[in-house]
Amino acid sequence: MSLLVFYLFAAIAVLAALGMVVLRNPVHSALSLALVFVSLAAMYVLLSAPFIAVAQVMIYAGAILILFVFVIMLLSPGTDQGVGALKAQRGLAILFGAALLVLLIAVLGGAVLPPTRGTFTPEAIAAEGDTQAVGALLFTNFLLPFEITSILLLVAIVGVIVLAKKRQSISKQ
Amino acid sequence: MPILVPDINLRIIAPALIVTVTAIVVLLGELVTPAERKRWLGYLSIAGLVVAAFAAFSLWGANASGFSGMVVADNFGLFLTLTIALSAALSILLSIPFIHAHEIDQGEYYVLLLASVAGMIVMATATDLIVIFLGLELLSLPLYILAAFQREDTRSLEAGIKYFLLGAFSSAFFLYGIALVFGATGTTNLAKIAASLAQSAGSPMLSIGVGLLMVGFAFKVALVPFHWWTPDVYDGAPTTVTAFMSVAVKAAAFGAFFRTFQFALPALALDWRAVAAVLAVLTMTLGNVAALLQSNVKRMLAYSSIAHAGYILIALVAMSANGLSSALFYLLAYTVTNLGAFGAVIALSDGARERLEIKDFAGAAREHPLVALALTICLLSLAGFPPFAGFVGKFLIFGAAVETGWAWLAVIGVLNSLVSVYFYLRPVVQMYMSEPAEGWSGIRVAPLVALALLIAVISVIALGVFPAPAIALAAGGLIR
Repeated sequence: MSLLVFYLFAAIAVLAALGMVVLRNPVHSALSLALVFVSLAAMYVLLSAPFIAVAQVMIYAGAILILFVFVIMLLSPGTDQGVGALKAQRGLAILFGAALLVLLIAVLGGAVLPPTRGTFTPEAIAAEGDTQAVGALLFTNFLLPFEITSILLLVAIVGVIVLAKKRQSISKQ
Repeated sequence: MPILVPDINLRIIAPALIVTVTAIVVLLGELVTPAERKRWLGYLSIAGLVVAAFAAFSLWGANASGFSGMVVADNFGLFLTLTIALSAALSILLSIPFIHAHEIDQGEYYVLLLASVAGMIVMATATDLIVIFLGLELLSLPLYILAAFQREDTRSLEAGIKYFLLGAFSSAFFLYGIALVFGATGTTNLAKIAASLAQSAGSPMLSIGVGLLMVGFAFKVALVPFHWWTPDVYDGAPTTVTAFMSVAVKAAAFGAFFRTFQFALPALALDWRAVAAVLAVLTMTLGNVAALLQSNVKRMLAYSSIAHAGYILIALVAMSANGLSSALFYLLAYTVTNLGAFGAVIALSDGARERLEIKDFAGAAREHPLVALALTICLLSLAGFPPFAGFVGKFLIFGAAVETGWAWLAVIGVLNSLVSVYFYLRPVVQMYMSEPAEGWSGIRVAPLVALALLIAVISVIALGVFPAPAIALAAGGLIR
């Protein structure tokens, strides 16, 4: 049963991801992306990680995507026209992309995961609680990556302001 | 529920921590610094880097790991930390007058540069693929913005957007590689990956994961065929940013590259050594041949940096203790040499107007004999002439390759160095043998640029004439 659900959402995710790239209207692309995020959330539920699934829906499908749509509506860029300059590369891109896809399917289709199971089996998660497990890991083993991420976000904010705000030395002249 | 205590060991991340704190202090200081005193933020940044370098030096030999095996303070990482801090300090010395002349003297310039340095230090000392990835992102994100820092210049914006798009693309490859390696081995910790592979043979999934990791690293250090972004980004970015990223990114990314492949994946060495050897040949050859055709100094140095990445890759193919120490020495030598070359190019610029075409250098030796001499020394060192640092670096790397039975690779490296002599000497010939072009008189070299140039040239000569202490230091830099 869960296998069936997996294939269903996997198919939706792949199709929506393709749609995001192929569709010309940016609003349609953004909505396809929302569909990708929601299907991924469904996968997290199947992997007994409901907390990640909820975070995925709230943060990605909710906050980030709404922001995308806002920006698209404020800028109203119209449909995508920048493809013409890259015509020569398109054939090569399709060729190499298809080759990589075939390679990945051939290898990963027959891949067998190692039999060793990690600490966080579905039973262990059920006993401890999913949110508790994530929280404990985030503040013990993964404390350093967690803190580096906060610096990364700070840098992103600074960077956006640098690129977007009016420059004083210029406006003075 | 028991209280879990995280494995906090702030001492071993002290260098990165100090740099991060300095960045935040500079960010806050920017608010209260009047426009004409912005240069003090640069001095503050250099002070922070010096303190971080002392912290790294005090950790020498500590060989301690912390944060549940996420980072390590081993001599290999510390040597790279020192190299990165040196390159950042020299770049800031060059930047203070440069960003003033170009009217982009905002404190955020230093903040972003320091944040990038923090990411580089994290990357060079990380022992977990997740931390390596975060270090990679933390070093890249500020550089995307710094590349586009001259917002009024469309070429700078183009450099930023190109670097960002291709960088994000390569990060995706890298992340997918991490996921596949995790799937095959059940861990992202480098030591545990090595232990897992020592017990069981690799699988095709692992090979693909390792291949994708290699693509990610190859992009960051600009190996052929993942180098397409390099000339445009190096050309469009502000010259001081180009100088910084051409050396420091290589130090950090090669550090993680060596650590991941030589330390965690020796079990697959038969496969990745062959791939890396092919990449090294392609990179050296294409980098040098393309550099021959450039008329712009920044583009020439961009292709030259590609070629140098190829030389360093030979040390990875050698996969020996000597290979490792030779790569460390080479990265240090390349850092001071390339910063010296960029520093001389900046010194010869006329206020906001830069002289970047090779023919613009005509007659520079007559008006600025010292700067011309400095540029000549640095270019000869890049070409690998004795008695400069570049010669010793190449000697060590080719020696390590011959020792481990990769003599043919060393031969190709030497042949490539011969080719490179031609384009490195072209600006020298212009400076010394051509009639002066108009407009040389009245150019003053900023004192800070002169200081940076002096430090770089003295290091190039010192590393070339007395290489023993630095080699000994690099030889102690084995990965724990």
